[in-house]
Amino acid sequence: MSPDPIWFRPPPRPTRVPEAPPRKEPPSVEITIDGVKRQAPEGSTILEACRAAAIETPTLCYLENLTPVNVCRVCVVEVVGSRVLVPACSRKVEAGMTVLTDSERVRLSRKMVLEFLGSSVDLSTAPGVESMMKRYGADPKRYGAPAPAAAANARDAREPGHHHAPDGRAAETVAQPVKIDNDLYVRDYGKCILCYKCVEACGTDAQNTFAISVAGRGFDARISTEANVPLPDSACVYCGNCIGVCPTGALMFKSEHDLRAAGEWNESKQTKTDTICPYCGVGCTLTLHVQDEHIVKVTSPMDREITHGHLCIKGRFGFDFVHPRGDGSPDDRVR
Amino acid sequence: MWGSNARETHPIFFHHLLKGIHRGMRVLAVDPRRTSSVQWADLWAGIDVGSDIALANAMGREIIAEGLERRDFIDRATTNFEEYRASVESCTLEWAEQETGVPARVIRQMAHEYAKADRAMICWTLGITEHHNAVDNVFALIDLALLTGHVGRYGCGLNPLRGQNNVQGGGDMGALPDRLPGFQHVENDEFRAKFERAWGVKVPPKRGWHLSGMFDAMERGEMRALYVIGENPMQSEADQTRTRHLLEGLEFIVAQDIFLTKTAEIADVVFPAAAAWCESEGTVTNSERRVQRVRKALALPGDARDDVTILFDLARRLGHDWGTPDSEKIWNEVRSLSPVHAGMSYARLEALGGLQWPCYDDTHPGELFLHSRLWENPVPGPKVSFMPVVHDPPVDKLDADFPLRLTTGRRLDDYNTGVQSRRYRSPLRRGETLDVSPEDATRLGVAEGEVVRVRSRRGAVDVPVRRDESLRPGLVFMTLHFQDDVATNLLTIDATDPKSGTAEFKATAVRVERLRN
Repeated sequence: MSPDPIWFRPPPRPTRVPEAPPRKEPPSVEITIDGVKRQAPEGSTILEACRAAAIETPTLCYLENLTPVNVCRVCVVEVVGSRVLVPACSRKVEAGMTVLTDSERVRLSRKMVLEFLGSSVDLSTAPGVESMMKRYGADPKRYGAPAPAAAANARDAREPGHHHAPDGRAAETVAQPVKIDNDLYVRDYGKCILCYKCVEACGTDAQNTFAISVAGRGFDARISTEANVPLPDSACVYCGNCIGVCPTGALMFKSEHDLRAAGEWNESKQTKTDTICPYCGVGCTLTLHVQDEHIVKVTSPMDREITHGHLCIKGRFGFDFVHPRGDGSPDDRVR
Repeated sequence: MWGSNARETHPIFFHHLLKGIHRGMRVLAVDPRRTSSVQWADLWAGIDVGSDIALANAMGREIIAEGLERRDFIDRATTNFEEYRASVESCTLEWAEQETGVPARVIRQMAHEYAKADRAMICWTLGITEHHNAVDNVFALIDLALLTGHVGRYGCGLNPLRGQNNVQGGGDMGALPDRLPGFQHVENDEFRAKFERAWGVKVPPKRGWHLSGMFDAMERGEMRALYVIGENPMQSEADQTRTRHLLEGLEFIVAQDIFLTKTAEIADVVFPAAAAWCESEGTVTNSERRVQRVRKALALPGDARDDVTILFDLARRLGHDWGTPDSEKIWNEVRSLSPVHAGMSYARLEALGGLQWPCYDDTHPGELFLHSRLWENPVPGPKVSFMPVVHDPPVDKLDADFPLRLTTGRRLDDYNTGVQSRRYRSPLRRGETLDVSPEDATRLGVAEGEVVRVRSRRGAVDVPVRRDESLRPGLVFMTLHFQDDVATNLLTIDATDPKSGTAEFKATAVRVERLRN
């Protein structure tokens, strides 16, 4: 080793603590929300202004760590002077803007959106949707009993334009069997509201793998791998970031799916503990969801600057080594 | 990106790069393979394994020849520039093309882009450090950063991406042969005295052996017992035949692990340990020097115990009562002895989601980047020296008998010797393969999936062939993930860097033998 003293004695501290260059605070603009004048930073969205004002605004396709795609329309608000309702999640505030978040138009629109989704999609594992329905008086049942589920892969084969208008006797649905083609996660597209979050997380917002996209048109649109191949034949790298952003449970850890199928999934018995991933040196925070001394799901908090809620295959799924899976896998911990 | 396949080995770090790429950041990649990381790069230097110094020095020469060096920074903050200039004088672009296999125009463009960038960072991984001259490789990169002033400023710097969740923290805590916690050198009397006062014992005044030094000591008969905590040297060390022979020749081995690894199998005593990241409380330190809390989410199985509990019990049996183990108390002891950790209370780590060292007191925010003092005028403390280094090709030479260069690395879904990762069911896992360029596969007449014998000067393994278009002719690739099935480390060479003790896993000379006609 070099006799250079720098090996033996740390260099002196800098005079100033090193910092990132300051970011210019955007000027704030005045807007009126529900009759109250408020200040909001230029470039921020109506949704952010509403949240800052503690005005509850429902969202389904919006997430802090994704670029808004404005597809679910459940966050719409009325901007005075605008012909149509606008999505709060992506419409930027403008000086002098007058926003109504609870007008008759807004309430009706939100109710209709929730009813259409509720009548066609299984929302039983979508957290928060039930209370949204209640709040807006949505009654999906008024569209009739759900039409029978499609056979496995039938919806995936539908071509644009081949869809026939329903006769009104039953509510058209996206119901179909769960796709289980690997040991890590399942795709239950009967629960998919086509919010595009998984596509965004797989694409430029996080993973940049582009394994999935929207195929088909209109009511036949669905999330699909390239040429609808099973996941193991697709570009998927099993980061599970699609699961992390899915608002309805359509994308689910296989461990959660199996426990639910066995009637053993019990969130009231679960603990959530934040720790650090045991693999590489990036230091991703993992939230371990533990039930009966077993890790049943792994997520990451969205507000961590390392992960922004996103993980890789090892961080999200590589935990089996701490305990047996209960499926005949060897339990060879030294104990 | 120099010798790093971060897309697969540090995927969430790569997410941050991808954000930059979408905003127009340029990526220059130096890698023998056209990896999934390289596919995102603007420029790829497909370098011959082990010629990194030739490439770096040629870039340095080009930067100086074109007057692109950062003169004010060099004059104010560095020493030894003239020696560096003289050492790279002969490293012309044409010479480097010969030595590295990278076209001269690519080297020239890399030099220009790196030097002219407002901000530039060099990130590297084991492609730089798993060589017999690992430290020299790193010096060559440091020289480039000093030459261009791309260090000590926001968005710049030298960034070794650490491969394990606490390899940084382990070193920080003194799990190095020459350091006490907080990087305080054990041969510095003042530091040692501080620890002796706190601990009430004498601290040996001389550095110990690093891992490869231990194996040499075993060979000399100076080391007869080994206590292995959470490591699997029977499979992870280069030149497995020698490793096995030396480990089996020891008089006594203690293994502390969560599994009966191949190393634990030959141990005299096995302590069942905790999976520290989810079965105990404590901290780990990541690649950006960020100390973060790990927390206990699961009960310990059977008689397994926390690593700290095991060590406390062992100390008690050796006549030292350290009291009751308590992770926060231990951490506070670290804070009291290591100035760079002093400001990191558990409360602050909780509240802030971690802190980057150095963090000197309870109000210090931690340092986002190091070496900012080099931009002060005058520079407080010593200037930084250029470290001239010369190109020295891999030890395991290619010749007519061993004409192919084998390099090793990780895949996305597996990890090291697979002790942890092989227990989850990755749909991507395909087992060990010998990845071969299409040109070599054709030349050798081997078919996809055909099992061949790969032989080096130290051993041979049988492994199926996989054609891989990311490889250039002459280069073959294997992982270390499936050592139970294919012991890649029977092939690798234990030529080690004298300073870091790292073996040259990245450069083995091999030949491929067909098992059937």
